[in-house]
Amino acid sequence: MDFELMINSFPKLLNAAVITLKLLSVSLIVGLFIGLLFAILRLNKNIFINRFAYGYSYLFRGTPLLVQIFIIYFGLGQIEYLRSTFLWVILKEPYWCAIIAFALNTGAYTSEILRSAFQTIKPGVIEAGQSLGISSKIIFYKIQIPIAIRQSLPAYGNEIILMMKGTSLASTVTIMDLTGVAKYIISTTFKPIEVFIVAGGIYLFMTFIIHNVIKFLEKKYSFN
Amino acid sequence: MELLAFGDTGWGDELFRATLMTIAVSITAMLIGFSFAAIFTPLKLSKFKSLNLIANIYTTVIRGVPELLVIYLFFFGGSGAIMFVASIFGYNEYIEINAFVTGSFAIGIISGAYSTEVFRGAIQSIDKGQFEAAKVLGFNKFKQFYKIILPQMLRLAIPNLSNVWQITLKDTSLISVTGLVEIMRQSYIAAGSTRDPLFFYSFAAVLYLLLTFLSMKLINKLEVKYSRGY
Repeated sequence: MDFELMINSFPKLLNAAVITLKLLSVSLIVGLFIGLLFAILRLNKNIFINRFAYGYSYLFRGTPLLVQIFIIYFGLGQIEYLRSTFLWVILKEPYWCAIIAFALNTGAYTSEILRSAFQTIKPGVIEAGQSLGISSKIIFYKIQIPIAIRQSLPAYGNEIILMMKGTSLASTVTIMDLTGVAKYIISTTFKPIEVFIVAGGIYLFMTFIIHNVIKFLEKKYSFN
Repeated sequence: MELLAFGDTGWGDELFRATLMTIAVSITAMLIGFSFAAIFTPLKLSKFKSLNLIANIYTTVIRGVPELLVIYLFFFGGSGAIMFVASIFGYNEYIEINAFVTGSFAIGIISGAYSTEVFRGAIQSIDKGQFEAAKVLGFNKFKQFYKIILPQMLRLAIPNLSNVWQITLKDTSLISVTGLVEIMRQSYIAAGSTRDPLFFYSFAAVLYLLLTFLSMKLINKLEVKYSRGY
């Protein structure tokens, strides 16, 4: 055990963890909106809109995240037309490509979580709203959405942790996140176990915090 | 389409072999995962706190740390660890383990952690009376498990195991970083030499979709088979 290396690499890895957290938070926020939008589309009665939303979630849940990042980062740059538009400013940056891929990916999983939450809302709750004369728009925003969010908290907590682990793939497109820096230190020092303990410890700590925050929220907003 | 031709002119046969490699790694990893689960599930269900702790450390660490980091640990640390063990027995030559073994082991340990949780959940949701009935009938421990508990456990575990299979299948794409030529690596090579990444990565996505789709069909059949009588 090389304790000196572990102590020396700790601040570097901690700095890299900030990038991991940035990637995670931006993609989660964007992904939540995408997820909510597609969950609503899934509940639409129009079969084309419904199928489209299902196809989106099937596509992103059935393929590895790595493929999605590579298609966006390496693949989209190939389209000549895109290079001439303002989108190119975003798509030439690996950082934004990674975030687009993460957001689309977590959006697909989030849409499934929210959809099943919407479907488990008891019809009586909506009927109660209707009989009070509340408009269907307000029923949706003030009754269905809050219940669905509470219902999906445990599953969404898991999704946050999975996504945090997913951000490690950003290192494959040259972003120096926690895994990227860990790999760099491993390949220059050839001390994989020491670096794994420190980097893994930081990841576990983040998992622990997310897990407990979700648990706290679940308790705070519990129905009983 | 010319790009996908078989033979020397296209990448069809290479990608086909790569797909077989992905399937081989996934199945090997899944089986390695099952053997880990066979060790750690009893530890999780044990009465002894210390055994519980060992199993909990395994599942928590593996499920809380990115797959890619675990793969790097095995990729850079695997041959070192084996050489260390060999040196105890007096063998000091350089040993290189191939990418298939490292990759399957890394993914296997990850999938094992998920399988452990699935099996634990399945056993715990079997009705207590079943255990008692098996005991009352005078079965020995071995027979109790194989004839009474295992069939019921499988029925409860299959839906969740199909999730573990999907995760494992998709995780194998990460082994491409170690140089093992599976779908992802082959697409990377093809994309590099033809300068057509959009086509090859999209094709890789299609291959993965096909694999997940076909395996779901197969698992559904298994599910029907094991839920006979319910």
